[in-house]
Amino acid sequence: MIDLAVVDLSRLQFALTALYHFLFVPLTLGLSFMLVIMESIYVMTRRPIWRTITRFWGVLFGINFVLGVATGITMEFQFGMNWSYYSHYVGDIFGAPLAIEGLMAFFLEATFVGLMFFGWDKLKPHAHLFVTFMVALGTNLSALWILIANGWMQNPVGAAFNPDTMRMEVTDFMAVLFNPVAQAKFVHTVSAGYVCASVFVLGVSAFYLLRGKHVGFAKRSMTVASAFGLAASLSVVVLGDQSGYALTDNQKMKLAALEAMWHTEPAPAGLTLIGIPSMKDRETHYGVHVPWVMGLIATRTIDKPVEGIFELVATAEDRIESGVIAFDALEKIKADPADMAARAVFETHRRDLGYALLLKRHVADPRQASPELIKQTAWDTVPNVPALFWSFRIMAGVGMFMIALFGTAFVLCTLRKHHTKWFLRVAVLAIPLPWIAIEFGWILAEFGRQPWAVDGVLPTFLGASSLTVPQLWATIIGFTLLYGSLAVVEVRLILHTIKKGPFHEQETFGEPSPEAPLERPAAPAVA
Amino acid sequence: MDLPLDFATLRLIWWGLLGVLLIAFALTDGFDLGVGALLPFVARTDEERRMVINTVGATWEGNQVWFILGGGAIFAAWPFVYAVSFSGFYLAMFLVLSALILRPVSFKYRSKRPSPKWRSFWDWCLFIGGFVPALVFGVAVGNVLLGAPFHLDGDLRSFYDGSLLGLFTPFSLIAGLLSVAMLVLHGAAWLSVKAEKGPVLDRARLFGTVAGVLALVLFAAGGLYVAYGGLGYRITGALDINGFSNPLRTTVEAAPGAWLDNYGRYPWMLIAPALGFLGALAGLIGMWRRSAPLAFGGSSLSTVGIISTAGLSMFPFILPSSIDPQSSLTVWNASSSHLTLFIMLIVTVIFLPLILIYTTWVYRVLWGRTSTAALKTNPDLY
Repeated sequence: MIDLAVVDLSRLQFALTALYHFLFVPLTLGLSFMLVIMESIYVMTRRPIWRTITRFWGVLFGINFVLGVATGITMEFQFGMNWSYYSHYVGDIFGAPLAIEGLMAFFLEATFVGLMFFGWDKLKPHAHLFVTFMVALGTNLSALWILIANGWMQNPVGAAFNPDTMRMEVTDFMAVLFNPVAQAKFVHTVSAGYVCASVFVLGVSAFYLLRGKHVGFAKRSMTVASAFGLAASLSVVVLGDQSGYALTDNQKMKLAALEAMWHTEPAPAGLTLIGIPSMKDRETHYGVHVPWVMGLIATRTIDKPVEGIFELVATAEDRIESGVIAFDALEKIKADPADMAARAVFETHRRDLGYALLLKRHVADPRQASPELIKQTAWDTVPNVPALFWSFRIMAGVGMFMIALFGTAFVLCTLRKHHTKWFLRVAVLAIPLPWIAIEFGWILAEFGRQPWAVDGVLPTFLGASSLTVPQLWATIIGFTLLYGSLAVVEVRLILHTIKKGPFHEQETFGEPSPEAPLERPAAPAVA
Repeated sequence: MDLPLDFATLRLIWWGLLGVLLIAFALTDGFDLGVGALLPFVARTDEERRMVINTVGATWEGNQVWFILGGGAIFAAWPFVYAVSFSGFYLAMFLVLSALILRPVSFKYRSKRPSPKWRSFWDWCLFIGGFVPALVFGVAVGNVLLGAPFHLDGDLRSFYDGSLLGLFTPFSLIAGLLSVAMLVLHGAAWLSVKAEKGPVLDRARLFGTVAGVLALVLFAAGGLYVAYGGLGYRITGALDINGFSNPLRTTVEAAPGAWLDNYGRYPWMLIAPALGFLGALAGLIGMWRRSAPLAFGGSSLSTVGIISTAGLSMFPFILPSSIDPQSSLTVWNASSSHLTLFIMLIVTVIFLPLILIYTTWVYRVLWGRTSTAALKTNPDLY
């Protein structure tokens, strides 16, 4: 039997390292493009203030970037370390986007990022702008491939189980690539990163304006942030994740869970704005309902119903029964690879094999499961409803607030009222909000995927490595200590840099020549 | 679907590409690791240390991607290897990751504050970030040559029956120290190309010389151990090189001395160990004669030779099992599907040349020795 303590600790470790990694990624995603915008203005106007602006935000970008890189190393390897069976089971599909991410995106980003910091006196302005753009492009392409990988876990298209290799294998790579769930996730996630970076720039600029320091610098930065942030916050909400929620049973279940919708509602379904969902009673107490809205969001129509949890559980029960037949056939194929009758049966029920594997949580051989156990296991397909319900509301609430924040910022900047005190205070206080929304967004997406590691294919508890509890504690404690100390150092360095301000460098090293580079002794003539 | 390359050919190509990625990692990030390991010893003053750090400061990040890509490529092309090795060498991997997590941060944060205590702390982190991965990678390769204690069950789930301390055997320690010596030689050679002439360079030459001699001795010792230490496995029975990736369908037995079989069968493979020796020798001569191209060229060739030797000796094995040879992973039974290998090959053929082109461009822009004088005028340096 599977050691559930190992599974739980592995999940804890993955959650900790992934959520921690994603503290740094959104700022990198957004700030890299904001640097491109700022530097473009510098290249077009050649006014030194824009060089200063680009370089200052660049320093903060760099402090943040290294932790994104450092924590990303863990992500690349911990599938193999902690999720060994998962890696074997789906590596044929899941590994490809990760490898392509390295080839196409991370190499680009990491190779050019050094030149971005070290190339100011070695490259002409437009060449340096090109380098900065390559960093932004690499960073964002990186997100694309990671989300193609993640999107496949939510909606495993273009693959089928191969009984000869006991794993999923790719059948249609284009389907994996153009997975609608992955595309929706990509737009949603990078937009969230742009919002995050905009809030950061807006908030820090507001801090300077409140103190009456570096006013020219701060006003310009604020203007860039408000325009970029408004566009991004609109796109993150409008191009939300919902478009993919009608696709698979698990995605439907996720939608039903985050809405705490226990029963199918006739079209167009209403939205429960707020309430107290209870897993035990399987209903939502004190719900406040808004008619029609849910149907519109989920199906983009007024005539399609949105399925509820009870109905989806009933579907799951059927699929478990069918899956047991597939499992039985698979055991026969394992014993005799030439058993053609078993292969034919397997083909018919292959789609539901994963549902039979859910039974392994309760019984070693799914074929021994009683009808009661199957009924009970069908309820395992329901994720933690209150957790999803509240995560979604926090995320969406912050999203709405962001639109208001950047709408106001944009109007104020357009009217040149950069000094509106109350707004500046709100802008400083708003700095942590996008991170909160983003982390809850991931909790929603991945907690909502449970009990599956890969929807309908592989239950999470089967994916873990055959490790021991002490090994897991060793790495969890190790990572927590390491990550915790680095977080403290990073935040201190960022605050220190903000305190020194954007002109500290000129005070130490003298004014840079506006038309860099004048002399390039060691560099060969390039660009 | 009909693919233009058959399964066995693709497996062979991807086995070669795995070698290419590991070698590229050792050639590029290898000197970053070596420089990190040398840092506290070749540079004494703060200025000297900053100079040494800045010889790799702008490029280590891109170099490190070879490691990340190596992980991704093993996942995509050799999922069994990815699943078995990283979960098996669990705590060793954790050590490597921790050291590699410290490294980016140390580069970036070290010179952000003037306090000598702060800087010395990060300098030692850079040392750890260079020395520990170099050692553990070597130890890991040593254990792969010995065979790892794992077995696969009928669902192809991997179970590992070993411990962190169990990884440190006499042979794997030879391999680990060889890896350190090889990368320190390479790091010293990089400094001879990139550091300004002066005391740092002289110390680097001294350490590089010691490392080069050690590399020669340890490589020879490793070779003798492989020949007489009872290492090796052999596939027995029928072999379908185009068959499904299912390790349990191959029969394997332990065969002491078998790691030398390939050199008898394919004598051209002897080029690899020869390069390992001659390259290190050339590197040493380059150090003595103050010839940067010879030192760096020699250490590079030596690295190519030593890593190729490990890979070629084991062919077609990638990760043999010491407790259940039947579970051993080979080129013919541990790959991804035919289609995935083909798609990944196309992607690689497109992007690998692009990577080489822009990496070369970046190195060209940053060409030239790093000097301590530049630290006073250039605000961008670490």
